[in-house]
Amino acid sequence: MKIHKLLLGVTALFGLMAGQAMAETVKIGVVLPYSGGAAQFGEQIDRGMNLFISQNKDAFGGNEIELIKRDSKRPGGDIAKNAVQELITREKVNLLTGFVFSPNAMASAPLATQGKVPMVIMNAGTAWIPSLSPYIARVSFTMWHAGYPMGEYAHNKLGCKTAAIGFTDYPPGKDSRNAFTTGFEKAGGKVLEAIPMGGPREVPDFTPFFQRVKNAKPDCFYIFVPAGNHSVAVVKTYASLGMGDDGIKLIGPGDITQDTKLQDMPKEAEGMITVHHYSADYDTPRNKAFVKAWKDAYGADTTPDFMGVAGYDGMAAIAHAITAQSGKVTAEGTMKALSGWTYDSPRGKIMIDPETRDIIHDSNVHKVVSKDGRMMIEVIDTIPQVKDPCKANKIGKCK
Amino acid sequence: MEQFAKAAISILFDGVAYAMLLFIISVGLSITMGLMGFANLAHGAFAMLGGYVMVSLMLKAGVPFLLALVLAAIIVALISVPFERYLYRRLYKAGELDQVLLSIGLVFMATATITFFFGPSTVSISVPEFLKGQVNLGFGIFPAYRTFTIAVGLVMIVALWYGFERTITGAKIRAAVDNRRMAQSIGIDVDRLFVITFAFGSGLAALGGGLAIEILGMSPTFALTYLVFFLIVVAVGGLGSIRGAFVAALVLGIIDTAGKYLWPDGGAFFIYAVTIGILLIKPEGLFGKA
Amino acid sequence: MTDTPSDSGFTPDARLYFRAREGWRWAEALPWIVAIAAFFVFPDYMALGTQILIAIIFALSLDLILGYAGIVTLGHAAYFGAGAYATGMLSAHLGWGEPISAMLFGGLVGAALGFLSGWVLLRYHGLTLLMLTLATAILLMEGANAAEYWTGGFDGLVGISIWPLFNHFEYDLWGHTYYWYALAVLFCCFLVARRIVHSSFGRSLVGIKGNVNRMHAIGTPVHGKLVKIYTISAGMAGIAGGLFAESNAYVTLDVMSFARSGTVLIMLVLGGTGRLYGAFLGTVVYLVLEDELAKLSPEFWEFGIGLLLVVVVLFMRGGMLGALDDLVAWARGKGKP
Repeated sequence: MKIHKLLLGVTALFGLMAGQAMAETVKIGVVLPYSGGAAQFGEQIDRGMNLFISQNKDAFGGNEIELIKRDSKRPGGDIAKNAVQELITREKVNLLTGFVFSPNAMASAPLATQGKVPMVIMNAGTAWIPSLSPYIARVSFTMWHAGYPMGEYAHNKLGCKTAAIGFTDYPPGKDSRNAFTTGFEKAGGKVLEAIPMGGPREVPDFTPFFQRVKNAKPDCFYIFVPAGNHSVAVVKTYASLGMGDDGIKLIGPGDITQDTKLQDMPKEAEGMITVHHYSADYDTPRNKAFVKAWKDAYGADTTPDFMGVAGYDGMAAIAHAITAQSGKVTAEGTMKALSGWTYDSPRGKIMIDPETRDIIHDSNVHKVVSKDGRMMIEVIDTIPQVKDPCKANKIGKCK
Repeated sequence: MEQFAKAAISILFDGVAYAMLLFIISVGLSITMGLMGFANLAHGAFAMLGGYVMVSLMLKAGVPFLLALVLAAIIVALISVPFERYLYRRLYKAGELDQVLLSIGLVFMATATITFFFGPSTVSISVPEFLKGQVNLGFGIFPAYRTFTIAVGLVMIVALWYGFERTITGAKIRAAVDNRRMAQSIGIDVDRLFVITFAFGSGLAALGGGLAIEILGMSPTFALTYLVFFLIVVAVGGLGSIRGAFVAALVLGIIDTAGKYLWPDGGAFFIYAVTIGILLIKPEGLFGKA
Repeated sequence: MTDTPSDSGFTPDARLYFRAREGWRWAEALPWIVAIAAFFVFPDYMALGTQILIAIIFALSLDLILGYAGIVTLGHAAYFGAGAYATGMLSAHLGWGEPISAMLFGGLVGAALGFLSGWVLLRYHGLTLLMLTLATAILLMEGANAAEYWTGGFDGLVGISIWPLFNHFEYDLWGHTYYWYALAVLFCCFLVARRIVHSSFGRSLVGIKGNVNRMHAIGTPVHGKLVKIYTISAGMAGIAGGLFAESNAYVTLDVMSFARSGTVLIMLVLGGTGRLYGAFLGTVVYLVLEDELAKLSPEFWEFGIGLLLVVVVLFMRGGMLGALDDLVAWARGKGKP
């Protein structure tokens, strides 16, 4: 049992370094889901941010930072937008960060422009979000970082001639569908059908959708569902319908093999192939140190996942921007500081693309394996330093 | 043609499995609403409680699946007794607005309490080996857990039918649903009957909640998320009618499944359209008292 | 509640009684003074203030049907949402962004929908009506989700651009313009509502709420009157929705959600139904508490609001204003129907 800790409005105040009279206080507005079904994401990112802060007290150039947290609750957009408006007008924040759901980031984007407050996105993955405001930078990933290479890989390496797609019916879901379709069909594959599987708010009974795919018999079944509760249900349904025995390979972006959910999955999860940029099982010294620090801080039974890393890297980006501007944070200054910023993240080398203000990182091909009685991610291939393929290929709204 | 038959069979099977889940959870609500006239929106909270009791039993105390399922139902039934005695009872004669608000208040408190103790994430359990994978039923291969759900549903229907049609308590409940004053005047202890029925309904909800963990997942928002479905089953079936709840659950379960299978873009459109249609024609539900 | 008198034949006493009821009391100026003072005391809170004012209009519209006509609905957000989408689409697709006419258009669409659905639904009552209103609202939401081309589906309706008010007052990030705008709209809505509830039409609604059979017996066209007030209420909800769309420049499916229908009901009941000002008090208390408490801990807030509801239902039947009534024995027209 874990007692949910109180989320105090002001949680982190870090002291002035001795003798630094020029230090500024930087107010950072954090918009994350802290309640409802999505609170688990808020918790991951929150922990990632706090871990970075506690490990790197001097990374902020001696400036004080103050995190002002607001609950974005649902992915509906309006609550997050009101929170952002309030953070800008009432709390007068210098910087905005967080944003798990794409609609929330989209609704808030005009305010970042209007209020000239930079926004560092830590999850929302719809590809064209940074084009909504010149003051948005993203440290997480886009649906295309995973979906597009997955499409190519599914055809070229997994030998899938046909595929079906199941996606949760909201912006990142459609984005992921487009990403996979583009990659897969460019490589020569054929998408038999793309099935919308309900909204992101509640986990539906996936059986009817999967049954339809089972009867259609594609070689690969590409799934996008929001990270969290949906993914376990996906694998359970896949297992209970015996789709693996029919030779249908379950593939998708790494959202569906989130580290925190892996142990809840049935044994049929073994052999699933996903493309993503992070797993707590990455066998690098940098990541091992990160996972250890995480477990020391939050308990041995906790695991960081890609959201935790995004929170960590996002805070690193913010620290860099604050230090580069000596604590006097402006929207233009922040974007300039972040443009071309590189960092040795637990996920590997990352960089903010100067052109698109989006992340560049390695996309890795993950395979779910079972080792010592637990489910694990094994990296079987790497596509190095992927630029968001949506913007690289100028597809749809990505221009 | 073969494709069509395959589709029809899977729609029917999945629809029935879903319907059984809806039925087990909703039938208690239907009886309590029919008997006590109480619009209990917190019924889903008892189902949720059942789910969490079961998770605690299995993960913390190592109780096996089937036993935990039964224990969860019993424990929740007992927990529900003081709620009936000290809260619900005060509002039997109040309007439905007060009842709706009281029970929604309870749902909020339940959701907050569960989140406090278990966190906001979905919890899950590991079902025993024989419920994993597929079973061959002779006329086709089906997911084992759903087959089990259907079996439990059928057992519950038979048990309920027997309990209501063939036992004294059942006869008393039927009498009280039909005409409470008359039942009281011939010496039926309606107060006691209310407690028993309420506890029984809540226990059934908990059983359904326990069964639902594997199919729908269990999180603190369960009580509110699925509330609408439970209410629809009750309203469409008709208050206080076991047969009604069963038929309504079947209709809605199968139509919802078919809608998703045949027209995934339509979302949950079907189930609400059908609900409105049925209620407009039969406002008291399919088997309700006119 | 005394027996509802027919339109004529009042004794002088009764006439005085009704005139006294209808007359303005000094205390009624209080909320407006507070609203104006709030602007100067909390200038940074006007974005929240605007949302509160919009929610009050919405709650007020619900009070007309729930508090006065006794129609219990779990789907009132349908009309709020219809108004929001109507106003939003007028701007996003047709390029018309004049705020007042766009908002009134939202009200018109809300009223039209209210008339159509009310004409069918108000033949039912009790649980059936609850379920029908609930299912209608959800059906509409699913429809909005499916009509993605028009509504933006789950992504939300983007591209709303509202012109400056009177071609002069620009929308600002601090919500100052919209606070005054919303306050003015609220005042107009309130005047309409107040006029209605004190009219003979309003009194006959109270009669229907109190005893529908008696009203049938004395020859009142019950269904027609209910549809009429339902249409007015839906129109007011649509205006609130239109205002919401304009102040947010963004509409998502959430505007029609069950959560919104439930929340407005809770706000109204907390304040007290059937007294117009209940909508004011309940909404302010709910939203301010939420704004402040949810920052501490969302669970505390959720538990607290649940507890508050239980307490109100068990011990304060008239909501907070009812409790205030009991406390001060303030009004003579105490007889809540």
